[in-house]
Amino acid sequence: MPRRNIPSLVAIAALLLTWQLVCMSGLIPSYMLPSPVDVLRAFVSELPLLWENSLITLQEAFIGLALGVGVGFLAAVLMDSFDVLYKAFYPLLIITQTVPSVAIAPLLVLWFGYEMTPKIVLIVISTFFPVTVGLLDGFRSADKDAIGLLRSMGADRLRIFRYIKFPTALPQLFSGLRIAAAYSVVGAVISEWLGGFGGLGVYMTRVKKAFAFDKMFAVIFLISAISLALMALVELAEKKCMPYRYLDKK
Amino acid sequence: MPLILDLPIAISPNDMVKLEVRNVSKSFDGISVLQDVSLQLRQGELVSLLGVSGGGKTTLFNVISGLLPPDKGEVFLDGENITNRPGHISYMLQKDLLLPYRTIEDNVALPLLLKGVKKKEARVQASAMFAQFGLDGTQKKYPSQLSGGMRQRAALLRTYMFSSDIALLDEPFSALDTLTKSAIHGWYLDVMEKIKLTTLFVTHDIDEAILLSDRIYLLSGAPGKITGEILIREPKPRRTDFNLTPEFLEYKREILSLL
Repeated sequence: MPRRNIPSLVAIAALLLTWQLVCMSGLIPSYMLPSPVDVLRAFVSELPLLWENSLITLQEAFIGLALGVGVGFLAAVLMDSFDVLYKAFYPLLIITQTVPSVAIAPLLVLWFGYEMTPKIVLIVISTFFPVTVGLLDGFRSADKDAIGLLRSMGADRLRIFRYIKFPTALPQLFSGLRIAAAYSVVGAVISEWLGGFGGLGVYMTRVKKAFAFDKMFAVIFLISAISLALMALVELAEKKCMPYRYLDKK
Repeated sequence: MPLILDLPIAISPNDMVKLEVRNVSKSFDGISVLQDVSLQLRQGELVSLLGVSGGGKTTLFNVISGLLPPDKGEVFLDGENITNRPGHISYMLQKDLLLPYRTIEDNVALPLLLKGVKKKEARVQASAMFAQFGLDGTQKKYPSQLSGGMRQRAALLRTYMFSSDIALLDEPFSALDTLTKSAIHGWYLDVMEKIKLTTLFVTHDIDEAILLSDRIYLLSGAPGKITGEILIREPKPRRTDFNLTPEFLEYKREILSLL
């Protein structure tokens, strides 16, 4: 464990301890705020159910994320290749982002029903944006002189894309991906709230109706853990794809 | 024996002309940058184009490499008209332009990949030249791990991998400090002795031009014109103290009077 993580770990432990002490003191009734130990107990006892629902949510998140990244990539490449498309759609792209995804989720349910489709559509809508914008910025930051050099060596547009534009945009692609990964889980859960047959969002609405606060907290922590894990996965891929950014500077 | 020849120096038809720039003019937004520039490089010759910064040298380079169409005039490589046709002559700039995300080996091999050579084969061919360029051991390193001088060596090798018979170098060493520069000049003359690359070398450094060149064109004025041509008769490989000799100073005086 790296030394620099110690302060934050201490802070987290202190917070959990305070929470536990507050609950044990009886200041807040236990049905309103379960203690960390209660939450942990609920988590263990609900593990099979949580696992089953996680799989559904994760499946939606992955499919949505993959499609979202694909659409985002395609949009970025097209907008970078044709300036007309860039001028026409970039402002539109920004405007669409001012519409909160929570607001369109009910519409999607009305259009696509309770199956997986509305969930995936919502995730695609909310994940393609950070990918497209990141890539576009990356493409545009490519070194003009390096492009000129490759042209002098006879490179066509496709090769300039492959050897310069795409690798230059990788860091921005990965920061977009990290955000998209977090959005994908949140997007899946939100759309499950509005109706569905399984998933962590459906589980959440069920335990909410039962006023099972301990289970509620357990699932919240689980969702946050899944988001963190996905982001860590993206970071791992980042280190794998861009070793030159993680060199020992001796 | 006259040190400086009268200009222009006649090129006899027997000499193999590698590169010829014929009457090139170029202007931007009505401002003339190059006017009627003509020059010739013979096989294996190292020719410098000496002029002040911003005097149209870079424009001329872009015309020669085919990235920029001239308003008038033509460029010939081995007798073939290559005006406005990139992909024949590559160049090297003051900025090394090594791609930070590729290892040195993969940077150097890039021109081969662009020519359609398979990746594995390209690496093998590139690696074969590392020792000769004094780059051994840097194959798997990234550009950020190398010093400025080493990066310029790698950039030169990349240019050489694109074409083993002609290169354009645009102030390749001007970003280096004096000591590194002097070391790299020695290295450069040494490498050129071995690979006999026909080179057009753009510089604003008079000492560098005299030290490295077989012949020097002076480009000056606005718009840029060829105002002089000087043959450096010092045999190659050059004495290490050539830049301290009276002959060297004589060349320098002559150039200063022509610029």
